[in-house]
Amino acid sequence: MWRYITKRILIAIPVLIGISIVAFFLIRLVPGDTVTALLGANYNQEQAAALRADYGLDKPLITQYLIWVKNLLKGDFGHSFFTNQAVSSSIMERLPVTFELMIMSFIYCLLIAIPLGAVASLKKNSLLDYLATIFGLLGVSIPNFWLATILILVFSLHMGWFPSGGFVSFFADPIANLRYMFLPSIALGASVGAVVMRMTRSSMLEILKQDYIEMARAKGVSQKILIISHALKNALIPVITVLGIQMGYLLGGSVIIEQIFSLPGIGRLALQAITNRDYILMQGSILFVAAGFVIINLLVDLIYALINPQIRY
Amino acid sequence: MRNLLEVNNLTTYFKSNKGLIKAVDGINFTVSSREILAIVGESGCGKSVTAKTILGLIGQKKNEIIGGEVLFKGENLLTKNYREMQQIRGKEISTVFQDPMTSLNPLHKVGQQIAEVLTIHEQISRQAARKQAINILTKVGIPSAASRAEQYPHQFSGGMRQRAIIAMALVCRPDLLIADEPTTALDVTIQAQILDLLQDLRHELKTAIIMITHDLGVVAEISDTVAVMYAGHLVEKAPVKLLFAEARHPYTKGLLNSIPRPGSRKKLEPIPGQPPDLHNLKTGCNFADRCPSVMAKCRQQSPLLKKIAPDHQAACWLYEEER
Repeated sequence: MWRYITKRILIAIPVLIGISIVAFFLIRLVPGDTVTALLGANYNQEQAAALRADYGLDKPLITQYLIWVKNLLKGDFGHSFFTNQAVSSSIMERLPVTFELMIMSFIYCLLIAIPLGAVASLKKNSLLDYLATIFGLLGVSIPNFWLATILILVFSLHMGWFPSGGFVSFFADPIANLRYMFLPSIALGASVGAVVMRMTRSSMLEILKQDYIEMARAKGVSQKILIISHALKNALIPVITVLGIQMGYLLGGSVIIEQIFSLPGIGRLALQAITNRDYILMQGSILFVAAGFVIINLLVDLIYALINPQIRY
Repeated sequence: MRNLLEVNNLTTYFKSNKGLIKAVDGINFTVSSREILAIVGESGCGKSVTAKTILGLIGQKKNEIIGGEVLFKGENLLTKNYREMQQIRGKEISTVFQDPMTSLNPLHKVGQQIAEVLTIHEQISRQAARKQAINILTKVGIPSAASRAEQYPHQFSGGMRQRAIIAMALVCRPDLLIADEPTTALDVTIQAQILDLLQDLRHELKTAIIMITHDLGVVAEISDTVAVMYAGHLVEKAPVKLLFAEARHPYTKGLLNSIPRPGSRKKLEPIPGQPPDLHNLKTGCNFADRCPSVMAKCRQQSPLLKKIAPDHQAACWLYEEER
């Protein structure tokens, strides 16, 4: 087990190196740089050259990259060109928001999508099954930015039930926090929930046909235990794999959702960094998100082994 | 002796898009306690459907139509609901299915799966249930049962799994065991072991067995009485020795002729043709199209299972005049 974890972490190293290279060079392909963005209309050659020298942007790209990596290895993510705040501290400041957004979207999957998928499979071809299928198709096919806009229009502007944007920390005011997070997490979680629901349904249908389900019935197992302990547990194995992959989608989707609901999360931080050509901040946040994704996938694989005895690392 | 199980005019029909499928069409048989009844027939003749209907595993869905009665200790099982059947299944009537590779839940420990039967049906602590599970695993011949009970099905071989499934079926000491092709998926050597095991357990636990099989070797080995099934009907029923010595129904004769006999130079005579399509059965005897001694009457009317000799019943017009 520990050997497997160590191996997985070692495999993550080349992945992260690759991501750091892509993140570093990609942003530099975009026309304009930090200095043009900083100076804006006041741009002139001398000032620009001075600033570039100041930030080390006049050095060759390879040298810049190596300096950044060297600092990273020392645990120093660098400082934002704009605010001069440490990149690591801005990420840590924004992390709880994105984390909460993801957790809440994830909870919808667990509390709504999985039970709905299971019930749909048990009542195959019933009205409920058709409704679930329709929701599933809508969830998969509606883009999250459109859903977010509609949610704001209907529930914030028209009904006035939820705020249209902004954020309050959970520890400051839990209820206000949940009100702020409700719409964003639905907008973000809808498509993932739909995928999970479809997956649970088809996986359950497959499992319910298995001999050991018939065997459990022949043993006198009650319907409730049959479904939960004999069928759903087995059906969740592929669902967990899908959930792990979908976590990447949640991370990516949070960029747009945070922007629409003006939530101060990592996605919005990265977006601002891109518009400002704040190279260091952008590189840092992308690398951080990538590392998060690698860890989530490792966790998924470990949970997988926990449920399925046929997999041992 | 009072009959443990009495099946009267049992019918199981399935509604499908293509029409009504008469999988089991009016069969009658009885099983007395400690008897081993073998139900023999080709695949698709309705053997497994009969077993599942008795257990109440068929008949819950809208497209499944059940008729007749199944009297178990005098009570009709077909009128019981799912919850009432839950009390009987696994405790009084238990089952061993055909494929041991797929009959155990891969995510539960083997011991746990056996103990589960006890915790469902008896007031028993988890600890005691676990102990009993280990005992019964030892009884069915699984070495170092205590550590084996902690293993998962994929760590068991096919023969071991079938032993575990038999242990699971017998742990509550049921009065009736329905074994649906319990040896079909196993190697021949393991088959013999499993049959021996069933014989021994029958004597020890006083369990009656309905053995469903297509293998006449298994029938000869283990059963007291044989019922031959063809296209949803019972066509012949007799004690095992009588049946092998004096098979009367042309289908039974055909079955017996299609087993290879060691040392015999005679060519095997398979039964020509295929079993009928259950969607559109013609009037008359279902076997008429494949029968070597078919008569005009066979195409008009279906023969009923009738006594043709003491202890011997057959459904064939050939023996109608003898009565």
